[in-house]
Amino acid sequence: MTNQDTWPELPGYTDDILNEVFSHFQQRLNADLEGVETEDGREHLRIKWLGRKSGLLKQINDTYVQKTPPEFKKNVGHRFNAFRQSVEFELDPRKISKRTGIAVETLEQLGGGQSKKVVEKSVIDITLPGIRPTLGMEHPLIRTMQEIVRVFEHMGYSVGVGPEVETDYYNFEALNFPPDHPARDTQDTLVVARQEHKPLRDRLLLRTHTSPVQIRTMERQPPPVRIVIPGKVHRNDAADATHSPIFHQVEGLCVDENITFSDLKGTLDHAMKELFGSSVRTRFFPSFFPFTEPSADVQISCIFCGGKGCRKCKHSGWIELLGCGMVNPAVFEFVRGKQPAYDPKKISGFAFGMGVDRIAMMKYGISDIGLLYSGDMRFLEQFA
Amino acid sequence: MKILSAWLRSYLPALEVSDRQLADDLTLRGIAVEGVFDLGPGNGSLFEMDITTNRVDAMNHYGIAREVAAIYDIPLAPLDASLPAAKPAKLPFPVRIEANDLCGRFTARVLRDVNIAPSSGDVTQRFALLEQKLIGNAVDATNFVTMAMGHPTHAFDLDKVEGGIVVRRAQAGERLRLLDGTERALAAEDLVVADEKRALALAGVMGGWDTMITPETKNILVEAAWFDPGAVRRSSRRHGLHTDASHRFERGADFAAAPIASALVSRLILAAGGHMEGELIDVVVPEIAARTIERPAISLHLREVARILGKTANGRPIDASTVERYLTGLGVGMQKAAAEMYVAALPSWRLDLEHEIDLIEEIARLHGYNRFANTLPPFAGSVTELPWAAKETALRRALRAAGYTEAIGSTFCSAIDAATFAQQPNSWVPLGNPLSEEVGCLRPSLVPGMLSMLAHNLNREVDDLRLFEMGAIFSGGTERVHEKPSLVLGATGTAIAPHPLAGMRDYSFYDLKGIAEELLARFVTKSIYFDTFPASTGLMPSWLHPARAARVVVDGETIGFFGELAAPEAQSRKLRQTVFVGEFDLERLFHRALRAPAVRDLSCFPAVVRDFSFTFPDAVHWRQIADALLSLAIQEMRSIEPREIFRDKKEASGQYALLLRAVFQAQDRTLRLEELHDWARRIFAALMELGGQPRFPLELL
Repeated sequence: MTNQDTWPELPGYTDDILNEVFSHFQQRLNADLEGVETEDGREHLRIKWLGRKSGLLKQINDTYVQKTPPEFKKNVGHRFNAFRQSVEFELDPRKISKRTGIAVETLEQLGGGQSKKVVEKSVIDITLPGIRPTLGMEHPLIRTMQEIVRVFEHMGYSVGVGPEVETDYYNFEALNFPPDHPARDTQDTLVVARQEHKPLRDRLLLRTHTSPVQIRTMERQPPPVRIVIPGKVHRNDAADATHSPIFHQVEGLCVDENITFSDLKGTLDHAMKELFGSSVRTRFFPSFFPFTEPSADVQISCIFCGGKGCRKCKHSGWIELLGCGMVNPAVFEFVRGKQPAYDPKKISGFAFGMGVDRIAMMKYGISDIGLLYSGDMRFLEQFA
Repeated sequence: MKILSAWLRSYLPALEVSDRQLADDLTLRGIAVEGVFDLGPGNGSLFEMDITTNRVDAMNHYGIAREVAAIYDIPLAPLDASLPAAKPAKLPFPVRIEANDLCGRFTARVLRDVNIAPSSGDVTQRFALLEQKLIGNAVDATNFVTMAMGHPTHAFDLDKVEGGIVVRRAQAGERLRLLDGTERALAAEDLVVADEKRALALAGVMGGWDTMITPETKNILVEAAWFDPGAVRRSSRRHGLHTDASHRFERGADFAAAPIASALVSRLILAAGGHMEGELIDVVVPEIAARTIERPAISLHLREVARILGKTANGRPIDASTVERYLTGLGVGMQKAAAEMYVAALPSWRLDLEHEIDLIEEIARLHGYNRFANTLPPFAGSVTELPWAAKETALRRALRAAGYTEAIGSTFCSAIDAATFAQQPNSWVPLGNPLSEEVGCLRPSLVPGMLSMLAHNLNREVDDLRLFEMGAIFSGGTERVHEKPSLVLGATGTAIAPHPLAGMRDYSFYDLKGIAEELLARFVTKSIYFDTFPASTGLMPSWLHPARAARVVVDGETIGFFGELAAPEAQSRKLRQTVFVGEFDLERLFHRALRAPAVRDLSCFPAVVRDFSFTFPDAVHWRQIADALLSLAIQEMRSIEPREIFRDKKEASGQYALLLRAVFQAQDRTLRLEELHDWARRIFAALMELGGQPRFPLELL
């Protein structure tokens, strides 16, 4: 190819045609560059392409850009400028900022009239990571507990709490765990020191469940009651991956006239759907808690496999989540002394409880309960 | 507990369902089968059971078979308790119940010329499947019968028994060597089976060494009795002995089962030779019989069944014949007393059935819980939040925005930490049965837990930390425990996330003070101030650095302490970088309302900024300077703030340079130069009165 090449006319100005033409120019440039080995050769090429009077770029400009009808000029001009920059980049070191690798012309445009030097200084590496503000994370247990509480609040439940140090009366006796009853064995209890001289009912212990707040609530207010009780509980359990002496429960209590077992079922079924999604199913099994009768354990269909069976549900399709039951009339008898309206012949109710830790562990795939109580940032920072 | 399906089927000739189906149906009725294991052709399955503590009657094969019969409405074969005829005895074997409040029934049967030999037949075959150890026919017989029908029995070597049997309380300090080889000192409350000379067995818990069956045993006394659940439980716990027998007696054994159990055991022993001598001796305490086997029938109203259980899934109420069928199947004697009302005679093996609600539970259980509808109770009323819920949320939100992550630490601490961190001297609560000494007390403060969590992270190369915890702390003592909510903040490392192009800065006292100020600003307060006291006064917590710690007081009440952790505390916990920690009393803070935003009009007149550059002696603190300027009561002074502080690090001059910025603005006018000059002059005077030296003359302002 020589400078005296005649330039064919463009058949049109569509993107396809322009792409083809400019990629042809680029190929020609590449071919020229490949053949160059010496500084002299490079200078020769520079004149051939960038020569002021008859360089190829000027010819391309004169032949095409200048003659382009106004409606296509922007498109063609844009492509030409890009091509020219790539020629300059290769052949005219003065037109490229060494400091930034950006065409001087571009820098000058960016600089809004400032000199190349000033603008060069202002260029930054925008690919470096940003300076991120440190945000604190929500604790997964607090988050899960609040989610559960919110579901029941929407169903008309007010929120209540009670002390973590309880008396034997509230933790056991009023919940129909008689003294010396084997049912107490299921809850290894941490006790406060030096209680032996007190009557059993006044002895202090760390509550083993949130259920004492049921009694405290009923003693305080006559029916109807709808209350949801989040809280921390303790048992004398050695720590392992699934046991912790500290854990959290959410308890619920509903007492009114004509509260039935089917209401209990419906309430928990609805709550589980709110918590885990509308496709979740529940099923109920007879169980035993001294303070409820009938008592039930509740399973939900596995939230991971939908009930087909997977590793998380031990291939059963079901996950055990709750204990519940109709309030035992014996429990109403305990509170009747303070609130006569709890006449088991006239009112009835249900109660339920669930382990927050277990739910949080299941939801977030936490394999060791101890992580929840470690304060380990590597664990906590994942709850953004 | 392990159950053989083949053993169950031996009592249920009409049972047709598969083992797996049987396991599912039992589980759905509360007799939970946790695992089903195939035992190979002809052997059926092994069921791993989890029987709730109230259902002692189902902790054996016959009891579960009884449930199965009720579930499928099929017949249950009676237990064969027939025995060969006995040879007459010269005198009935003497049995006396002295502790007639703790032992309700005692049966004794004398077996003579027995042959102690290995077991055979069903016993060996079933024990093999259950992986139960074989000992010898007499002992195996008692174990076999316990597994078969649940009633614990005991076989004594009769020749070692001197005279007759006396069931009595132990004498305090009386000694008894048990079958496990241990010698026990008995308490006066222990119930023992004794002869005329000495205690032979710890009643309902474990037999004695001296009268145990040996290969030489020729004559046997078979005991089948009923002991008081409470008495057995107390002895079992007192001596730390949990046995198959105690497990059953403390949950309430079947008063009627003793003679049957005795017969079954005797048959098995006599199969290898020997004969009975005399009839069964059966001593019954009428008062205990009256409250167990003869307890009064209870009434059951169908109306109550519907009131408690509600709607069924198919909409049809559970009718009288269904109720009758379910309960009769469980052994309840149902007598119709009126329309919609029954009188129910309670079976001897179900001491857990006492009230109408117990029968209603049985109806629900046999019907199947999942055959009840899911209904929602109507609700009219309002929902109340905890009074402090919004305050907790406000604190949590502010803390998280400031980069603090919530953590939950241990409720417990060591006695040393309890003493160090108690907010009042000696006001902390030790536990009676802690898991270890390290966790022997209830935390009197959240600080030790926070320090453990910071250390946990630092030991794992996580060095930039900001954590908080909200939780209960405990004070008082073992007589009375006071519990109150507390907030702890802990921080260490850099104040801002490190970046190659941004400056680094370590977390400082002022970062912690800033967050404290920000948190307190959420609440309605009249006055907030920070102060500190020399260590010698004992007014500051010992765990804080003596010079870099502060107390914060709100409306005259101490709300908290914070600052740099004292060096000895940091060293003892091997914290290798500076740690900041603060604890705040949320009980006190939450007495205050959350501040509602209140807006003042923005001025449309320009603000004027004036900087003042002064040198002050070190003894003059910012608080004095600010107070002095505020006391000038210049209404138009919008703000004053310290902009720069310079101390010459090389020269301990006892002085520092302060650049102070004041901003003036009026609501109603543009400020005039003369006003500004006047204020500047007054500010100069006030600062100089404090000992400040202006670095530039007033005229240059």
